[in-house]
Amino acid sequence: MKPAPFDYFAPAATEEALSLLAEHGYDAKVLAGGQSLIPMMNFRLVQPSILVDLNNIAELAYLREGEDGGLRIGAMTRHRQVETSPLAAKRAPLIHAAMSKIAYPQVRTRGTFGGSVSHADPSAELPALSLALRGKFRLRSQRGERWVPAEEFFVSLFTTVLEPDELLVEASIPPMPPRSGWSLQEVARRPHDFALMGVAAVVTLDEKGLCKEARLTFISAGDRPMAAERAAEALKGQAPSPQVMKEAAEIASTQEIDPSSDIHATAEFRRHLANVLTRRALEQAFQRAAETTQEG
Amino acid sequence: MDRKLIGKRVVRNEDPRLLTGHAQFVDDVHLPGMLHAAFLRSEYAHARLLKVDVSKARAHPGVVAVFTAEDMGKDWFPGPPLVSPPPTVKDVIFHSRRQVPLAKDKIRHAGEAIAVVIAESRYIAEDAVEEIEVEYEPLPVVLDLEQALQPDSPLVHDDLESNLAAWLSQKKGDYEAARRQADVIIKRRIVIERGAAAAMENRGIVAYWDAQSEHLTIWDTTQAPIPIRNGTAARLGLSEHQVRVIAPYIGGGFGPKIMMFYPEEMVIPWAAKKLNRPVKWIEDRRENFYATTQERGQIHEVEMALSRDGRVLGLKDDFLHDTGAYDPYGLTIPLNTQSHNMGGYDIRNYSSEFKVVFTNRIIATPVRGAGRPHGIFVIERMMDAAARELGMDPVELRKRNLIPPDAFPYEHQIIDQAFAPLILDSGNYKAVVDKALELIGYEKFLKEEQPRLRREGKYVGIGVVPFIETTGVGPYEGARVTVEASGKVNVTTGIGTQGQGHFTSFAQIVAEQLGVKVSDVRIVTGDTSEFHWGTGTFASRGAVVAGNAVHAAAKSVRQKVLKLASKVLEAPEEELELEDGMVRVADIPQKSISLGELAVLANPLRGAVEPGTEPGLESTSYYGPQYGATAFGTHAMILEVDPQTMMINIRRYVVAEDCGTVLNPLILEGQIHGGVSMGLGNAYYEKLHMDENGQLLNASFADYLLVSSTEMPRIEVAHLETPSPLNELGAKGVGEAGAIPVPALFAQALENAFHDRKLEVLEMPLSPNRLFELLNDVTQ
Amino acid sequence: MSNTFALTVTVNGTRYERSVEPRTLLSDFLRHDLGLTGTHVGCEHGVCGACSVLMDGQPIRSCLTFAVQAHGHEITTVEGLGTKEELHPIQQAFQEAHGLQCGFCTPGILTTVKAFLEQNPNPSEEEIREALSGNLCRCTGYQHIIEAVELAAEKMRG
Repeated sequence: MKPAPFDYFAPAATEEALSLLAEHGYDAKVLAGGQSLIPMMNFRLVQPSILVDLNNIAELAYLREGEDGGLRIGAMTRHRQVETSPLAAKRAPLIHAAMSKIAYPQVRTRGTFGGSVSHADPSAELPALSLALRGKFRLRSQRGERWVPAEEFFVSLFTTVLEPDELLVEASIPPMPPRSGWSLQEVARRPHDFALMGVAAVVTLDEKGLCKEARLTFISAGDRPMAAERAAEALKGQAPSPQVMKEAAEIASTQEIDPSSDIHATAEFRRHLANVLTRRALEQAFQRAAETTQEG
Repeated sequence: MDRKLIGKRVVRNEDPRLLTGHAQFVDDVHLPGMLHAAFLRSEYAHARLLKVDVSKARAHPGVVAVFTAEDMGKDWFPGPPLVSPPPTVKDVIFHSRRQVPLAKDKIRHAGEAIAVVIAESRYIAEDAVEEIEVEYEPLPVVLDLEQALQPDSPLVHDDLESNLAAWLSQKKGDYEAARRQADVIIKRRIVIERGAAAAMENRGIVAYWDAQSEHLTIWDTTQAPIPIRNGTAARLGLSEHQVRVIAPYIGGGFGPKIMMFYPEEMVIPWAAKKLNRPVKWIEDRRENFYATTQERGQIHEVEMALSRDGRVLGLKDDFLHDTGAYDPYGLTIPLNTQSHNMGGYDIRNYSSEFKVVFTNRIIATPVRGAGRPHGIFVIERMMDAAARELGMDPVELRKRNLIPPDAFPYEHQIIDQAFAPLILDSGNYKAVVDKALELIGYEKFLKEEQPRLRREGKYVGIGVVPFIETTGVGPYEGARVTVEASGKVNVTTGIGTQGQGHFTSFAQIVAEQLGVKVSDVRIVTGDTSEFHWGTGTFASRGAVVAGNAVHAAAKSVRQKVLKLASKVLEAPEEELELEDGMVRVADIPQKSISLGELAVLANPLRGAVEPGTEPGLESTSYYGPQYGATAFGTHAMILEVDPQTMMINIRRYVVAEDCGTVLNPLILEGQIHGGVSMGLGNAYYEKLHMDENGQLLNASFADYLLVSSTEMPRIEVAHLETPSPLNELGAKGVGEAGAIPVPALFAQALENAFHDRKLEVLEMPLSPNRLFELLNDVTQ
Repeated sequence: MSNTFALTVTVNGTRYERSVEPRTLLSDFLRHDLGLTGTHVGCEHGVCGACSVLMDGQPIRSCLTFAVQAHGHEITTVEGLGTKEELHPIQQAFQEAHGLQCGFCTPGILTTVKAFLEQNPNPSEEEIREALSGNLCRCTGYQHIIEAVELAAEKMRG
């Protein structure tokens, strides 16, 4: 399983990469970690004629605290860097916790944040987590720069709003408000496989301990990461009881996701799992939120 | 005899090379001027091949040749039948249809080879493959076993009247009479699928024709180098002495590497001879799913007749077996199923017939277990169904029917893959079952732990499954043992090695006889220029059959050593000891000679050699068992299931195993652990998903799920030894044992876990999704 | 247009300068261009882990890396661990604990384990299983491999 021939460029700076993309557009594919692209090339499922390799662009790999107290992640930051970063653990604990669930150690050495998000696999963690945390992405081209929130970035299966001459250079993950809790629940055939179903929950309590805000996003529940807005709305203002969580799970799994059937799971089983995992995610997220308020 | 080395946990001789990356596998072979091959394989599972245009591919830069069936001329003909139907069964029909080097006129399974490109690199060869233009006329695909036998079904082989490849019926006693006497009749339909062997090393061949010396050397990832040598010589019109087949280090066999005369094995040596340049073909992982044989499904309609007190009076099992597009391997798998569907139980009345069906899939040939797991799954599911019906403890029901120790050798009577009525040579079955029960804490779990866990809302079940494994079948193997001038010993045998530790276990056998260090015994396997006669590694026979040949040869060399040393040391043979590479007179340690010096004396440069003697300290021996030995084991496990997500957690897993004399417990345990991991795969993870066009939907490791380190439980293994009377070592085989009972065990434990739900598992493999469906379909 | 790139890479401490096509996989480059056949190829789609090597001390899948991407980097393969005469403690541990059978997956496991133990010198069984989750073995059922890693950790802690 050897890839088809291609022309190869390894720019050392972002500007150079953008210039190459502007010139070659649709003919070029961007190579970040390569952990999703290269298998597809080895299978000859994709045969790009031009590859623009970003791995020499050091300026794109960084983890910084954002001005808002959140986390700024350079597109070429490796999963392994995020996994071992105390800054990430502090500023974006949900993302930090998810890292060890992503594929295998060897994949995490090379896989990148920007690559994963741009690849837009609905069965991957980072798109759904970016959505849950209301992240936004900075896209650059020779024509200029724009910020796109996660809600608008993912269009459909493996498709984002990225233009052929555009590069995702940074993700900005805002901090979670005080009195917030989070949870990521996944079911996979083996712990490191793509999830059959995954649910990310981020909840915030008000001073009375009622749910002030909630975000529920789903992995492997549609052609892109799905957000259950109605279920989240139903949680607002409520005391986080099992009954309330059960109802939210019901709404989310029956009305707000669109899972498909494949050899690993039917849509029906996925909906069932979404229901179960939403309840478990909410339970854990609310528990964590309550614990932060106890800590003061 | 006091055993010093046999039965010891000796670390392996072969490890330093393997651990440092210095062991040669087939893809490591590099020859000057070597070319690389890639095959064009059919996209369709069933189609007429109308036209194959290779002109563009031939013109591709870097391509040296492209061959089709037409180009092979009179050298194109199907592979040989590997196993004929047993001549000893009277009720048999068999239509032999074998695979071809490159498809001509008709495609019969997706992935069937149509053309081969030979180029300067594999990269270029794959580029050129994409330029071959093929015109197909797709035909309706035959996949469902029952539909395939309908009169209106499309035919896989147009010259036959139907897709029936074979039919065979065996009976013993009188099942109908047993049925009439029974208090309880249990009837079930059971469907079992198996899967790919998926060894980590894909297949590969390097062929080198030396036109000057007229000699062909082939490196092949085969489990059977000698038959490959013989058949290739025949195909190419060469003497067997002009062909050398080397099976170097092999990265796992598990069965499909003993399938012989794969299309690539028929094409690559031919191409090398034609082009006068070495040719290498290395299979890639996607090809492995399409071009390497696998084991697949059977559909069983089973009936069991029992008395009220739990005696099994009779069993009837009629089944369909999927052989795929061809049937070169004969009836081995379904015959194994028939010799195992009574398990280790004393069942006197039996009727079983099977129909082997051609389908548009890759050929099915043995994969670890080779039909035994199907048989054991059937009998064990029936036992569990019967236990429920009779209101009996499932273990108690089994104990009531186990073959008792005084019944051995037990005439099972069913003709098995060795073409003779199966005789179970020896065993103490109840002791093994009791050991497993003890290890898992059966009573305590049922009485105390499980009720407590259930009160906590957990779904935790226990399973205990006994099984037999027929092993060590003939026809024979051979070995040559030679003491060299250095005092080290060289041993050569015809079989190959794919990781089961022959380099060490055989060395232990020899070291035991000759008093040398295990690390001073060099084992050569898998090279036909070193040893001329033999068959291969399959059916858990390597250690038993080749091991016994090694033992016999070592004993013979020991006799020669004693005879010569007796003369040299002027002491009677009875007073001599072999230890530390020396021959010593007991109680007079100064009177000694090293084995090396003795070897030199045995091969004199001057003087007269007695007529009728052979030079050197060397012997060649062959061993062919009267019949195969049968091992016995029992697996038990405690399994927790999350009733909402269907995720499993194996809390405990124990194995009690009786494979006769244990040569090396370290190696044995490794074999069992590995077998269980494959069995677990067959139970909950591995399934070949095919669509209605005969296309495999999961031809990659991303979607064909192998058990990884996070799924495997720790396994406790206990050994019991009932030595086999069939061979001097007392050994029985164990290579497949780990895999055989696992699906049955899994089914039993799952049902036990879901005590409050209607769940009966009559199919394999399962998956979380399938379990969800079974639990939610009350009408099943 | 000549589609080759000048590649300079250090493998097991030795510097190599070669000319490669960009599509040449690092696994093939190591095995066939450099003759370091210890690294094995099992799937070429990044699941089995047999091809795992270290790049700048971290485990990667060499089948999912183009050789050109190793330009300027340091690669460690199994050949860089020990020799038959002098096994690395990890290799010794694997022999003592029977942590290999056919040996095909073993080089990828050894490099992965080397990096793992450097980061986690005293791992629990669960951590070891996690660390090895990206290395498939069809022969051993993993148990003796786990024991080998525990023994290796012990040896390396001295």
